[in-house]
Amino acid sequence: MDSRRVPRTVSDPKVRQVGFFAPPDRSQSGPPAPASSSPPVSGASPSGNTLSPVMIPPPRHLSADLSRHFPQAPPLSSLGVARAVDSSVPVGSYNPSDFLSPAATADYSEDPLSPRWGRKGSSGKFATSLPASRFEMAVAKQSIFNLPPNGGSTMDMSKEQSSVSGKPLKEKTTKAERRAIQEAQRAAKAAAKENFDLKLRNMEEAMLTLIQLVFDELGYLKYGMKSNVVKTGHHTYLSANYDQSGLVYVGEGSKPSAAAAAGVNPANANTGKPVKAVSQKKDNSSVAPSEKKGGDRQPDKDRKKDVPHPRMQFDDANRVEKAKKRSVVKQTEARNRVELFRHLPQYEHGTQLPELESKFFQLDPVHPAVYKVGLRYLAGDISGGNARCIAMLQAFQEAIKDYSTPSEKSLIRDLTTKINGYVSFLIECRPLSISMGNAIKFLKTRIAQLPLNLSESEAKANLISGIDLFISEKIILADKVIVKHAVTKIRDGDVLLTYGSSSAVELILLHAHELVTKVFLGASSVLSNGTVYSRVGTACVAMVAHQFHVPVLVCCEAYKFHERVQLDSICSNELGDPDVISKVSGRKEINSLDGWANSENLQLLNLIYDATPSDYVSMIITDYGMMQSNFWKQLLRYQSVDLEN
Amino acid sequence: MPDVHSLVNEFVIKLKKRKIEGSKATAKLTVELLRSFISQQRLPHSNQAAALIDAVKAVGEKLIAANPVELAVGNVVRRVLHIIREEDLSLATAAVGGLSLAAESDDEDDIDRDDHPVLSATAVAAAARNALRPPSLQTLLEDIPHSAAAPHTSSSGGDSEGKSKSADKNSVTRKLKHNVIEAVNELIQEISTCHEQIAEQAVEHIHQNEVILTLGSSRTVMEFLCAAKEKKRSFRVFVEGAPRYQGHALAKELAARGLQTTVITDSSVFAMISRVNMVIVGAHAVMANGGVIAPVGLNMVALAAQRHAVPFVVLAGVHKLCPLYPHNPEVLLNELKSPSELLDFGEFSDCLDFGSGTGSPLLHVVNPVFDYVPPNLVSLFITDTGGHNPSYMYRLIADYYSADDLVVRRKSAS
Repeated sequence: MDSRRVPRTVSDPKVRQVGFFAPPDRSQSGPPAPASSSPPVSGASPSGNTLSPVMIPPPRHLSADLSRHFPQAPPLSSLGVARAVDSSVPVGSYNPSDFLSPAATADYSEDPLSPRWGRKGSSGKFATSLPASRFEMAVAKQSIFNLPPNGGSTMDMSKEQSSVSGKPLKEKTTKAERRAIQEAQRAAKAAAKENFDLKLRNMEEAMLTLIQLVFDELGYLKYGMKSNVVKTGHHTYLSANYDQSGLVYVGEGSKPSAAAAAGVNPANANTGKPVKAVSQKKDNSSVAPSEKKGGDRQPDKDRKKDVPHPRMQFDDANRVEKAKKRSVVKQTEARNRVELFRHLPQYEHGTQLPELESKFFQLDPVHPAVYKVGLRYLAGDISGGNARCIAMLQAFQEAIKDYSTPSEKSLIRDLTTKINGYVSFLIECRPLSISMGNAIKFLKTRIAQLPLNLSESEAKANLISGIDLFISEKIILADKVIVKHAVTKIRDGDVLLTYGSSSAVELILLHAHELVTKVFLGASSVLSNGTVYSRVGTACVAMVAHQFHVPVLVCCEAYKFHERVQLDSICSNELGDPDVISKVSGRKEINSLDGWANSENLQLLNLIYDATPSDYVSMIITDYGMMQSNFWKQLLRYQSVDLEN
Repeated sequence: MPDVHSLVNEFVIKLKKRKIEGSKATAKLTVELLRSFISQQRLPHSNQAAALIDAVKAVGEKLIAANPVELAVGNVVRRVLHIIREEDLSLATAAVGGLSLAAESDDEDDIDRDDHPVLSATAVAAAARNALRPPSLQTLLEDIPHSAAAPHTSSSGGDSEGKSKSADKNSVTRKLKHNVIEAVNELIQEISTCHEQIAEQAVEHIHQNEVILTLGSSRTVMEFLCAAKEKKRSFRVFVEGAPRYQGHALAKELAARGLQTTVITDSSVFAMISRVNMVIVGAHAVMANGGVIAPVGLNMVALAAQRHAVPFVVLAGVHKLCPLYPHNPEVLLNELKSPSELLDFGEFSDCLDFGSGTGSPLLHVVNPVFDYVPPNLVSLFITDTGGHNPSYMYRLIADYYSADDLVVRRKSAS
């Protein structure tokens, strides 16, 4: 089994490396450089630079990025206040984007950046050391660059490397494990910790499985996302399939280079880090085979979980019944439904609003702000992926502001359950969009990563600012970047076609196709097989444009990407209000479908989304640049790693 | 004949004002008008067919000009012209046959007769008809040597006028008009019953538990589906609408007839097509190359069907077969409807304002009626004569129209 697996682990990361390093040419210099300069500290600064390869397509960003770091540094150091406030904020929660956004959005003012820098730089132990070490710009920078990915572990690494004593390592693991267990089973905490320590020394396999167990309990995969990364302070334990790749890094290079590699790029960093730690352990304690075994089995297990969780099928009577018991929103199932779409929820529209409104003041579990947003979803006041996502995040911000940890509960656990409750309420109001799912995943990881020693107010401030950052960077700035990119694709005299929500618009293309020179479309999500999941009708427009050889450009923020794959628009979709079809606005004379619900032979179907095959799309414009379909998957990887951070 | 001319003018005005909609209604009205026109036409004693053709052409030209986009008008005019030619020909051949029969009895040896000494006058007439009728498998199997007979008859058709002159003038005169009107009546019958004949074939194409998608509102499609329903086939139908929302009316009617019907929006066609077994649509006109002029949005449906390898079936009565080849049909064979179908004027009055200084409105609204589906997207045509490939349409069309009539325009000489 081992012998079979090992080559695979080797080959797998190779692919990854290609993915990460190939796009920008200069990135070639990235990985080797750290390898050659074995001391981790010196390896760190190139690593910091090579972070930028993550934002792949537009090469100019790299240079912009590089040049940006230096001007950025002074504000960082001068931001003592900000840093002090945030001093114990966990590292690396946001780093790739931080590196990206300054580069990608070259003209942003530094104001939004500087706090970010401050927070980034000031992580855990480093926070205290950083102000002191401000004198060395280079060093500071290194640490900054290393921090996001490694969470300061580079330092630890160097320590470890210099003195191969198991001490720091052990400390690290205990922390991690303590954290995990706290979250999982507080009762067994102390014992488990001790046991864990022992096990760690002897057999890493056990450790990994235990972590795995903890993860299972934590239900990190509840939302079908690849969030099996748990960060404790500075240490990341990652049990996803990435640790295979991590192993490869270790296997390929010497220890320092592995560390450097981890530092090199944030995406890899997360992935490579646990491995790094493990590998060092391995090297030290030479239990390689067993460790490998453990490392292998786990990814397998995890990979299974890595697959997005199947969504609730509403034709499953049992589960629907269960869900109904939990639900706040009492929806009445719509009558006269389309048989093919039984698996999707469809409710009578407008019936539940008054009841919910009356509940406004008595609803305990749901925060008023969340409640309000939910009602607005329900009423259709807020629509559009970005608007819904922002509204939700802002409501969560409000909720977090008003949140206070109940006694004998930990903020991390309690807040997560709270958020879960809010989310399920919002789902009842309207199924989540993929972008919202990503944002929620981000928030939850963010909560899970909160350092334990943080006070409640600090933690809340941290989360709120984190959400702010997400909104501003992933959505607002991302849009600006997309616009910037898109503008370069429009020439004078171009006739553009866009597609709104009107079902008639695409017909115009048929007539005017000779005039249209480009088609710009939006997207609700881009799935990992390149399928563009978007407002219904998009596929039709793309298809017709494809027939007439008109380029189709899809604009989509990277936070809307998703790991799922989808071939048709039927298995997962959302059903809108069927009455919309029977009534045409402004056309009172069209009334042949009035009273359709009374005819059992007649159903109306109002789909919200459809899936555009990737071959109809010439190019996708994201905040990471413009790319073709063959690169979507790679970008998705960065993005998912990015979100986990 | 002022009454006929006033009728023609009235019809022309109706066409111009787009009061008559639907190719079937137009075709029927046109052919009825032509019938009354022919019946009131006074024919000269000599060269009747040519005179009649000229007269019909004159009217036809007017009608076609009134609504050039409604190809059914032109089709029907050409059909009538073809009928006149055909009747003239068959009359002439009958006369020739009678003559040669008489000659045979006189023991006058004819070279033509050498090949087929036993050919009777009726056989000659049948052969003459066969030359005009579509070649069917039946004629191939029946041992009628029409391949040999055809050149004779056509050659005899060429000088038929001279011969017919020599025949009994009165009877022939009456007979031509009578025959033409008879044939036109047949045509009317054919047009009004075409959907029944098409619907008869439904069972052969619709299977149990099929999912069928259609677009727009077509009587033919509705009859087709209902016929399948009557044969105890259960299936469900998707229909849709914008921008004229005819699909709503169709859906209502189908549901009333007991068919499981689901209305979807045009935009979700691509989403739904993967679960559809067959697309069955009506057409506005079928061009000679097998392309289809159809309600707007159909090209999209056809493309989606092709993508998912769903059969795309077009139902078309024979009156929809147009002998012309399309050139740039999206533009030249199209019509723009009022923007009010697409948007509310009240809401968009600001954008539509011409007085904004630039003189040109910022907002343009394009609301085309028709769409062109290229022949490679069509799997099958079902006409009242059966199913046909798109590549066969030109041949089918050639059977119904005479090549001389493709351009309906009076010769400058006449």
